[in-house]
This record gives sequence, C-alpha cells and structure tokens, in this order.
Amino acid sequence: MNKAADRDAKVSHGSIATDESVAVRFNAVTKRFGEVTALNDVSLAIKQGEFMTLLGPSGCGKTTLLNLVAGFLGPDSGEILIASDRMNDVPTYKREIGMMFQNYALFPHMSVASNVAYGLKVRHVPKRERDRRVEQALALVRLTGFEDRTPRQLSGGQQQRVALARALVINPAVLLLDEPFSALDKNLRVSMQVELREIQRKLNVTTIFVTHDQSEALSLSDRMAVMSEGRIRQLGTPAEIYRRPCDRFVASFVGDTNVLRGRLDRLEGTSAVIAIGAARVNVPRGPLMDAAASAPVDLFVRPEHLRIIDATEACATSGTVVAHVYQGGHVDIYLECADSSRDRLLVRSSGHEAMTRWPVGSQVDISIATDEGAAFV
Amino acid sequence: MPRSIYQRLLSLTGKLAVFLILGFLVLPAAVVTIAAFNDKAILSFPPQVWSWRWFAKAVAYQDFRDGFRNGLIVTVWSSTVALVVGAMFAFALDRYRFRFRKTIEAVLLSPLVIPHFTVGLGFLILAAQIGWSRSYAVVIVCHVVLVLPFVLRSVYVSLRNLDQSYELAAASLGAPPLRVLATITLPLLLPGLISGWLFAAILSFNEFTASLFVTAQRTQTLPVAMYNYVREFADPSMAALSVMYIAVTAGLIIFANTFLGLGKVLNIEQSR
Repeated sequence: MNKAADRDAKVSHGSIATDESVAVRFNAVTKRFGEVTALNDVSLAIKQGEFMTLLGPSGCGKTTLLNLVAGFLGPDSGEILIASDRMNDVPTYKREIGMMFQNYALFPHMSVASNVAYGLKVRHVPKRERDRRVEQALALVRLTGFEDRTPRQLSGGQQQRVALARALVINPAVLLLDEPFSALDKNLRVSMQVELREIQRKLNVTTIFVTHDQSEALSLSDRMAVMSEGRIRQLGTPAEIYRRPCDRFVASFVGDTNVLRGRLDRLEGTSAVIAIGAARVNVPRGPLMDAAASAPVDLFVRPEHLRIIDATEACATSGTVVAHVYQGGHVDIYLECADSSRDRLLVRSSGHEAMTRWPVGSQVDISIATDEGAAFV
Repeated sequence: MPRSIYQRLLSLTGKLAVFLILGFLVLPAAVVTIAAFNDKAILSFPPQVWSWRWFAKAVAYQDFRDGFRNGLIVTVWSSTVALVVGAMFAFALDRYRFRFRKTIEAVLLSPLVIPHFTVGLGFLILAAQIGWSRSYAVVIVCHVVLVLPFVLRSVYVSLRNLDQSYELAAASLGAPPLRVLATITLPLLLPGLISGWLFAAILSFNEFTASLFVTAQRTQTLPVAMYNYVREFADPSMAALSVMYIAVTAGLIIFANTFLGLGKVLNIEQSR
C-alpha cells in the first residue's frame, strides 16, 4: 500500500528508538484537567494491526488517552507517536485517523454516501475513485443500496456500520473506537462485535477500542490495558488478565470473582502455594514478593474454578447454598461461606441438575482448581 | 364518578377565566381589524357600513409607501449585520473561555435593559455630532444594537444544542477548521441562523420608539410614518395598515414555525 510505504519513509526523526511494528506509542504521557490528573505518566506501545482495548471505570483516563491520539486534546508532558511520527503538535485533521464516536456523529444533513465520502472529499480524491471507494466501503459493512438514505432513516446498527465505513474508507493509520456498542441492544451488540472484529482482521488496521464493559474487552481484544486513576494497572492478553490479574483492582474489575481468605503455604520458584483449608493452590509469586511464610492472603478465584464436591475429597471450604440463578447454559450458585471475605461465594456449575442436587439450604463442600487465580496480601 | 355542583362550577369558572385571558390577548388586534373595515372616515367602533377602501388608501398613501421601503431597507441591513455580528460573538462566547467573558456577554445583552428611547436618543445625539442625522446608517446601527441581544441568544442556544462530536468527526476525517465550519457547523446551525434573522427582522420592522428619534423625513420607517399620520388624521387607514402588519408578521411566524419550529425561533425549546 502506498500510504503505508509513505509513512515508513518519514520514520525516525524522533528522539525515541523506533520499532517498525509499533503503530501508536505513548511515551510517559501526563494530562491534567485543573487539579485532576487524568493520565499519570502512561507509556504504551500498540503494534501494527493490533486490536488494543483500553478498559476501565469512568474517569480512569481511557477516553482521555483516545482523545490524545485523535488530537482533540494535547498532553501536558510526554509524547504521542503514530507510525513513529511525533504527533504532539500535529492537528487532528493531519493525523490520518479514523474515529467512531459513541453516538456515531453521522452528519445529519448528508446522505449515507456523502457521509462516507466526506473524508475522501477533503483529501481531494477524484470523483470517480471516490465513488468506487465509497461503494467498496459500504459493501464492506454490508450497506450496499443505502447510499441515498439519510442517517435518521437508519437503525442503530446501520448507523454504526455507516460510521465504521466512514472511518475506514480513508485507510487510517489507526482506528479509534469510543464505546461504540453502548447504544445497541444486547443481541445486536454481539453481532456487531463479531462483524467489527472480522473487518478489523481483514483490513489489518491498528485499532484502539475504549470501553468500560469487561466482557466486551475480553472477547474482542488482542491485548488490553486495564486502567484506573490515570494509570495502566495491567497490560496483557485477555487470557493473561482474566487468569492472572496483577492486583486486587484488576481481579475485581475484570470478570466475576470470589475472594477467599487463606495463607501463604510456601514459595516455589516463580509460583506461590496458597493454603485454603485442605486445598493447595498455585498462583504467580509476583504480587506476594514481600509476604512472609504463612502470612494471611486473599485468593481471588473465578466462579468456574470452584466446584461443589462430595465430602470425601480434600475440600477448601464449605458453605450453605442460599440461591440459584439459572442462566440457561449454566447455573450460578450463591453460597454463604465463612472463608469468603465478600458477602457471598459464587460457584458456576454447568447443567441445571445442580439445582436439584444441591437445593437451597443444603450444606456443601467446595474445592478449588489448583492452578487458577491470583493471591494478594 | 359523579361530580358535585361545586366541582362543576369550579371547572366552568376555570374555563371561563382562560377564555377571558385569551380574549384580552387578542382583543386589541380584533378591535383594530374590525375598525379597518369601517366605511366611515373616523376611527369608530363598531362599524355601520363595511368597506375595503381604507386598505386601498393605505397602500396608495405615499408616506406609507416610502415608510415601507425605508423600513425594508433598514430591516434587511440591520438584521443581516446583527446576525453576522451576533453569530461571531455567540461563537466566541460558546467556544472560548477568556477574561471579561461575562462582562462582554452582559454588554451584548444590555439593550434588553436599556429603554429604546434611551438608545434612540443616544444615537440621535451622536448622529447630530457627526452630521449623519439624515442617513440610513444611523437608523441601521441603532436597530443593530436593539436586535443584537435576540440574535445573539438565538445563535448561542443553537450552538449550545449543537453536538460537538460532529465537528470532531469532521476533523478526524481530515477537514481543516474552516472546512469544518463551512461544511458541518454552518449547515447544522442554519435553522438557528435563519430564525435568529427572522426574529431580528420582525423586531426591527416593528420598532418605533428608537426609530422616532433617529429617523429623518427621508428615512422614516413605517411605524414612524404611521405615527406621523395618526397625529394629523384619524381615519381607518391606520387600522387597515395594522391588519396588513399583523397578517405579514403572522405569515412569517407561521413560515418559521412550519419550517424551523417556533420553539427554536423563540428560543424556548431545549435552552439550557
């Protein structure tokens, strides 16, 4: 592609060592709004073609980070690079980005085709090529035949696809998605997510996706950055973050979790063994570096890694069933448990027979998968 | 559920009160309208014989014709200038935070507080000083000052209601600021701009108090011409002219309501 070659040609006049495969880079970026520090010394490298999710609660700085890439805001300190070019003083319209807004921001006074053509028109692409590329882009999002509609005549999902076509038709260096699914109902959301991911892979466009929905982040990302209070708490693949959260915040924010009181049994190389009742669980040693032997620790464990067992096995803890929540594919069983440092223990059991086998009020023993979870002092 | 006499009476008096209030609102217009069709050469009520002749006379009367033409010139110029100036100030006030922002806003809205005759008198004194007292310029400038607050508010509210993500989206697609303004901001503000202009035009065309001070024989606007007429004559051609006035203004309002939404024209919709 010409454009990519173009970008490569103007690489490396920055002071920072550049890596050809990095599409977007933040170097020690800080952003303040008055007294509030929205981003605190954030560094992050996003690879070419990667789908990177910024996940966090509202006010964690994820949208600020996205706006810094778009150029809607400027950093107070640090650098932002797109394709190794320093972007700090480059205005938005020169940045070669494609952005999809939360409310799509389709121009209401233009037709679907004019909306998609807008970015090509301001780039002075000749009419014939413009028409061809608009046609291609609309075909990509399966909206061929909707050219002359106005945005108001489209459903939410269709509007979103127009917004995607409009952002992609200019072959952006990076695609920015600002909570694009929050306005859609659940079924549509899932199908749009699948479609977006398919298109993103096909075009191999570097994508930064901002969301507060952890399940969205887990299902879409190549890598994700969990943020809170202006910092990146953990960066990794969805599986790494789900299975081995690095701190209490990440463990509680991503996925459902149980917290069990245990103690540190011993350290073995890079892992630590946690004792919960008669059970022993291997977790990463990282967060427990400074912990003394047999120190009390909290074990964060996922509902599907707990199992209700017969009393004969080595059990971790026991509790009383207080509620069943039937979810179709699985049953969520809530237990009253003395070892849980949160109010209820959640056990996820596949198959509806769990409800008859362990009715409400029954006393049960629980075992823990031996290689899952994370523990913190 | 059966209602008591008392409740029915209360409901009836309530309805009556509403009718009376609405009646009083349209009463002057109704009286003038009826008087306009009076065949007699005095402003009496109610008329005995009906006629259109005062309409014909009003249309033919040279001072009214000149006044209409002058009024139109003043209205078009003053509303247009007020729109451009008001829109620029509205932009600055909406988009930027700067020192004296509140002060500037207060000054721009101050003609709402200062009586029209004060504004008129002020401009009369100024115009006499620099020898402009017979020109259109002073009338137009005076009207600009008077209608500016209304235009400013109209555009300001439209800007407040404009979702800024449209402009950000255009910028992200590669449009430089002026291009964004021309292709996104202004088209989306168009209803607000048109209604602001229309509102200013109606106010300017009807303005009397300040106009009385700043107009000369050559530049007198229609309301001033009417005032001068009524000082000498008291025939129903005045009333006929009033009816035409009402009809044209109502026509404009209906147009604005149909195509732009009256709520937007009067800025009562969605304002902060």
